Amino acid sequence: MRTAWMAIKAGVHDVVAVIGCQKMTELSTPEILALMGRVGEVQWESGFGTTFPGYYAMFAKRHMHEFGTTREQLLDVAVKNHHYGAMNPFALFRKEITKEKAAASEDVATPFQVYDCCANADGAACVILASEQKAREISSNPVWLSGMGCASATMSVLSRPNLVGLPSAEAAAAQAYEMAGIGPDDVDVADVHDCFTVAEIMAYEDLGFCKKGEGGPFIEEKQAYIGGKVAVNVDGGLKAKGHPIGATGVSMTYEIAKQLRGEAGERQVPDAKVGLTHNVGGIGQYCFVQVMTRE
Amino acid sequence: MFKWFGKVNYTPYTKVSDFAQHLRDGRLMASQCKKCGATSFPPKADCEACMSDAFDFVEVSGKGRLHTFTRIVAAPTGFEDVVPYTVGVVDLDDGGKALAWFGETVEENDIEIGMELQVVPRIFEELEEIKVYYSLERPGTKWAKV
Repeated sequence: MRTAWMAIKAGVHDVVAVIGCQKMTELSTPEILALMGRVGEVQWESGFGTTFPGYYAMFAKRHMHEFGTTREQLLDVAVKNHHYGAMNPFALFRKEITKEKAAASEDVATPFQVYDCCANADGAACVILASEQKAREISSNPVWLSGMGCASATMSVLSRPNLVGLPSAEAAAAQAYEMAGIGPDDVDVADVHDCFTVAEIMAYEDLGFCKKGEGGPFIEEKQAYIGGKVAVNVDGGLKAKGHPIGATGVSMTYEIAKQLRGEAGERQVPDAKVGLTHNVGGIGQYCFVQVMTRE
Repeated sequence: MFKWFGKVNYTPYTKVSDFAQHLRDGRLMASQCKKCGATSFPPKADCEACMSDAFDFVEVSGKGRLHTFTRIVAAPTGFEDVVPYTVGVVDLDDGGKALAWFGETVEENDIEIGMELQVVPRIFEELEEIKVYYSLERPGTKWAKV
């Protein structure tokens, strides 16, 4: 998305198709865990069998320790995302779950159980980006990319300032808000990278929807539901929609465009004017945030 | 011989490869920049503070406190035979952080954030080729072949 946006802004292209796709089901879960665990630091960490869920589980343990975030609040995220996934015809899991069911699922990496983790999935998504002039010619209902942010963080989590948030997400959000001339209170609907339940709670905080440490109460009080402060992942998120790595970012842009056009059907956020996407790479080694608006 | 380090090693060649020899001999080493004096654990050949590539190894106590941890039940390829295992991150008294498995001196049920621990060099004796690592143990635990 960012590369296409830069190409258009630079005047090199007028129209760019951004296509994301991934077929993950050709590999077994241990193979995926091995390959993805290695997107972390391979010299001092991977040799101990670290995994993606393992890293985020350590974020969760620390978040619970520092802020009193509860196991129940983590599961509230999964329940919400399945609730909305049930309304999305493109979701991998179109069914509601209960907290009891989630709490009875198998352990993955404590405190995480199966329902804390997004699903390895196959998928594809496409977005057509165009210059402002071209967009007005070819679309009667364009959605605008108003703010773009991207930032990186250290490869090793051991070098990070803390393990309760993603500094790359905070920095990317600040850039995107500044470019769009808005703040977190202006966002009506957001698609965030809920690869694990705690990742969505940290995203509320990193994006400024609530203060650091208050992400647990934020979901418990249903502030991330339609009708709450910001509707978050009302397409089901990575949790229920599924996470085909290469397609996820583009599918977030698709969802927010549908929301801003009022075309999201049963899961439509009423009168959504400002949307946001938050896509994370690795274990927060990089993050992209987009602010999207309509006229 | 950094290929000795870790159960599965993904980085056999590194400028800090002597770390593994020290570990085999029971010494836990940090790197210290010759130019600005900054120390780093895990060791870094290129100083994060001043970018100098001149460094010495200095021995550290390995003592510290648990920052966070997780018990991994779904293991990646290469770790099926040791699963489940518990990984912790320790804030070291001498600076830096270490990520490692808990050793047998720590009971699973006793693990809690903030507890005092010591990073202790270890050797996997059961493997044909020498393999070294370090584990998180009760403070005062001596280096030993396991």
